[in-house]
Amino acid sequence: MKALSIKGLRKVYKGGFEALKGIDLDVEEGDFFALLGPNGAGKSTTIGIVSSLVNKTAGSVSVFDYDLDTQLVELKKQIGLVPQEFNFNQFETVTQIVVNQAGYYGVPRKLAHERAEKYLKQLGLWDKRNERARSLSGGMKRRLMIARALLHEPRLLILDEPTAGVDIELRRSMWDYLEKINKQGITIILTTHYLEEAESLCRKIAIIDSGEIIENTSMKRLLATLNMETFVMDLAPDQAKPELQGMVSRQVDDHTLEVDVEKSAGLNKVFEQLNQQNIKVLSMRNKANRLEELFVGLVEKGRQVKEHKHG
Amino acid sequence: MASGYNVTALKTIWIKECTRFLRIWVQTLVPPAITMTLYFVIFGSIVGERIGDMAGFSYMEFIVPGLIMMSVITNSYSNVASSFFGAKFQSNIEEMLVAPVSTSTIIAGYVGGGLARSLLVAIIVTLVSFAFVENVQIHHAGILVLSVVLTSTLFSLGGLLNAVFAKTFDDISIVPTFVLTPLTYLGGVFFSVSMLGEAWQWVAKMNPILYMVNAFRYGFLGYSDVNMVVALAVIIGFNIALFAVVYSLLERGVGIRT
Repeated sequence: MKALSIKGLRKVYKGGFEALKGIDLDVEEGDFFALLGPNGAGKSTTIGIVSSLVNKTAGSVSVFDYDLDTQLVELKKQIGLVPQEFNFNQFETVTQIVVNQAGYYGVPRKLAHERAEKYLKQLGLWDKRNERARSLSGGMKRRLMIARALLHEPRLLILDEPTAGVDIELRRSMWDYLEKINKQGITIILTTHYLEEAESLCRKIAIIDSGEIIENTSMKRLLATLNMETFVMDLAPDQAKPELQGMVSRQVDDHTLEVDVEKSAGLNKVFEQLNQQNIKVLSMRNKANRLEELFVGLVEKGRQVKEHKHG
Repeated sequence: MASGYNVTALKTIWIKECTRFLRIWVQTLVPPAITMTLYFVIFGSIVGERIGDMAGFSYMEFIVPGLIMMSVITNSYSNVASSFFGAKFQSNIEEMLVAPVSTSTIIAGYVGGGLARSLLVAIIVTLVSFAFVENVQIHHAGILVLSVVLTSTLFSLGGLLNAVFAKTFDDISIVPTFVLTPLTYLGGVFFSVSMLGEAWQWVAKMNPILYMVNAFRYGFLGYSDVNMVVALAVIIGFNIALFAVVYSLLERGVGIRT
């Protein structure tokens, strides 16, 4: 079953700006799905329409086969939304915020309090349950929004930049938590600026730019299309400057060399040349920018195609 | 008929609204008590004794219902206007918009909050008035309750309408300052319209607040400057019209959806 199905979705804002130009997007039940795109690409507009915060101009949206136009109540019950900006009442306590949200979904107050205890404990907020939201740290506020989104136990969790401004340790613990609930059966759609986040968490990916989907595939397949890898080599001190023929390399500083290598070519030729020049390599690592390169490449390619069409 | 989830949602909004105004009771419940005490002292006791009787009642007895109604109008309006605008301003209105809460449930929840605060204020002001009026009589409890509930509902809807269009906090103080206060003062709180010339009586009767103050005064004293059926019809008519406008705006997402 499709957790989300979007067909021909368009959004034209007042003033004529076309944020979405008729996008199609399917997310299967159980997916961990990344929606990537530069700022202003249309990610938040898409999420806004699906969660009924933004009125669409044209097209159709269904969530677990519930149609946005004709079965809005059922559709809303399926979705839990973690928005980009903090949008809770800063003067309410943590418990009030999550219990009230459950109430809007029709969860009786007693059950809402039981679930509040469960999710606030899971997200490490139980000790803060009686604190006002404004006194929480940024990371706690992010976790509060996740707890709030889960209290009515949705089947589809949508997170818009969930780890923005969150430190590395906390980000890792949030990733673990999201992977855990995804394994329990909740479909997750994530927008993020941290490409590493999308690469390590998501199995499917769509890239959106200027209101159009420019790539929609599995993460494995997308990464497989990358035929160039960059290796970073730590060189022993006081050596001659290496010069590599037939490949692109950069001497970052006296003891760091970056080499771009085609996957099909292998590393043997690199080391052959380094050996001939008596260059000693102390260690080597893969530069973790695979998705970033792809992302930039795809967005750039899409723009060139458009310029060509209009030019 | 409201389905189960909307009843729970309605209760949730109402509890949230009541919690809000009770949490800030110093700003919401104390000021009307102080203001009305000053009105009772200055207009009732000091000035009132020189004015003498009005429509067969002591001036203090005459103005008590009007002053209670004035508190009801101000508090129901400002409660809903500031709470709904605050929810828009902090974006926490989105908590309701993403959930399956119907438009009428949202309206009922906020109006319920306005009603709760204004009725609590009405009780406080009535208790304060006991210190100044010896014999508080109730002529018609039904009309008394009906007029106060309908008036509070009407101005709660008015506050909601204001908040829907408001873009800054200034926008929610403009209507109370430039519209509500003049209309309330000219709505027969401090005088009987029978004192006015015929032409001014006609002008005064264009003011809907006159009908509310008089219906409420009739409930207390059995005296009104206007026909009671007309008064209740005017209040009910304005309620229906305002509900329709607010419902239509929120349903279309005006001021709350992009």
